[in-house]
Amino acid sequence: MSTEILSRSQAATVDRARRDRPLDFIGIALTAITLLVALASFFPIYWAIITSIKTDSEVISGGNSLWPNRFSFDSYVHIWTNTNIGIWYVNSFVTSLAITILVIVSSAGCAYALSQLDFPGRRVIYVLILACFMVPMQALIVNHFVLMAQFKLLNTWAGIILPQLIVPVTIIVYKQFFDSVPKEFREAAQMDSAGHFKILFRIYLPMNWGVTAALAIITFIGAWNAFLWPFLAATGEATMTVPVGITQVKDAYGIVYGKLMASAVVAGLPVAIIYLIFQRRVTQAIMLSAGVKG
Amino acid sequence: MLRDKRQEYLTALILVGPFVLIYGVLFVWPTIQMVMLSFTDAPLIGPGEWVAWENYVKILGHRLFHSAFWNTAYFVLLTVIPNTLVSLLIAMAVNRLDGWKQGLVLACFFLPYILPVSVVFLTWNWIIDVQYGLAQVFVRPFNGGEPMSLTRTIPAFMPTVAFVTIWWTMGFNILLFIAGLRTISPEIYEAASLDSAGRWRQFSRITWPLIWPITVLVLTIQLIAQLKIFDQVYLFSIGGRQDATITLVQYIYKLAFQQNRGGEAATAAVLLFAMIVVLSVLQYQLLRARGEK
Repeated sequence: MSTEILSRSQAATVDRARRDRPLDFIGIALTAITLLVALASFFPIYWAIITSIKTDSEVISGGNSLWPNRFSFDSYVHIWTNTNIGIWYVNSFVTSLAITILVIVSSAGCAYALSQLDFPGRRVIYVLILACFMVPMQALIVNHFVLMAQFKLLNTWAGIILPQLIVPVTIIVYKQFFDSVPKEFREAAQMDSAGHFKILFRIYLPMNWGVTAALAIITFIGAWNAFLWPFLAATGEATMTVPVGITQVKDAYGIVYGKLMASAVVAGLPVAIIYLIFQRRVTQAIMLSAGVKG
Repeated sequence: MLRDKRQEYLTALILVGPFVLIYGVLFVWPTIQMVMLSFTDAPLIGPGEWVAWENYVKILGHRLFHSAFWNTAYFVLLTVIPNTLVSLLIAMAVNRLDGWKQGLVLACFFLPYILPVSVVFLTWNWIIDVQYGLAQVFVRPFNGGEPMSLTRTIPAFMPTVAFVTIWWTMGFNILLFIAGLRTISPEIYEAASLDSAGRWRQFSRITWPLIWPITVLVLTIQLIAQLKIFDQVYLFSIGGRQDATITLVQYIYKLAFQQNRGGEAATAAVLLFAMIVVLSVLQYQLLRARGEK
């Protein structure tokens, strides 16, 4: 009787172990598939880079080899000497940096006022921000263009920058963080007769330094990647940004693929580097702004 | 006390000033102007006559507007739901990895999302190139052994651009899904496996219902984003029959910048704006209903 019970429980253990083993096998298979799909997802980027460092003749006759026979940076030299990519780079950096700074400064100030101060017109500003989430910027291209034409700002840095300053998410995220700073900090500072500007710059902003970093990084990436507005606002080659220039300017390249891939790599490099360095901040910023949209 | 109040107002004014100036000049004013312009026959730059609802009647009956609407709807259909499902699948796969493996795999999926659209366009345009493109290996068997231009063959155009768009943007959705999956307590799964619930039952009874709010968020964010599609569709259609694959924003662009019809372009913009407002309000209601439950 007792041996029977024992053997039954043993059988159950063996049975469970047997059930666990194939499960583990499935687990390994799943991991392998995941890794393969991840590689496949990365492959187009790899392929663009590899194509850009092949020689022209290899690009079209190499039978699609995954590694260049001979490393050649001719494509990079070619786009550097034959296009205005240097100028586009300057334009992109100046406009993206200006957008980042202006958005962060104006948003932080507005968010502090909304969070900590009582003043007439608060509700109006709230409604304005909410309305902003609903109006698609793509619908405003016509009137942004008219407005910038009236200001004589087409084909200037300012013309590219101004319509891109509408980023309501930043204000809401800042406000949420300023709301969560304990009131005691402000009251203590006010006891020491510190003004609001001092409180903002010495307490609220430093306490939320991580948020500022995350928002600044994501704003910069967004401005660097912007296509539609810079494409409309900059019609001359001299004021184009990198993403616009590399798709709009075609010169008589001959075999173009290597050169086009070189320009793609050069255009994507700054944001790719920023992402790889500040991975966690980028993720944080995306989660924060998605949370607001929800 | 009264002086304090006045000083508070002054501080608020200085802090809010830049915002009011920027949003007033670059958001409120253009929005009002857009509505005004839509009732005139003005060219892109310059004055026009008041024509009341004429533009609206014209645009709503315009065949190209209908194509633009249906092409956009088709693009939304091809991207939003497939992207959400693929992203959820990948998020679950990534979520069960640990340590450096998870970080590396996530980076592979996320990297495309932070690249400019031009880079995405150039890269894929090279991959699907008729003459030398790598993807022709997969295309040929479906085309009688002949290479085919995926962006010049009209029926293949939208699915191709949708595929590229999913590859480009799924990193964002995967991120949201992983964040959602992490909030599900592992104890629920442990309890389920003690009851010897299989993988499918665990998914259908635990993961899917608990991740549903995130799924709704992902779906609605994408829906509104893809309605405003311009960049990829425009870039892939350069040199092709653009009217056949035109989308709503592209239609606005064409009216305003290629045909110099400012009033009609503004009308199309107001219509797009109306669609998005309706959807945003629906989204808001949907998400609020979820919150109240």
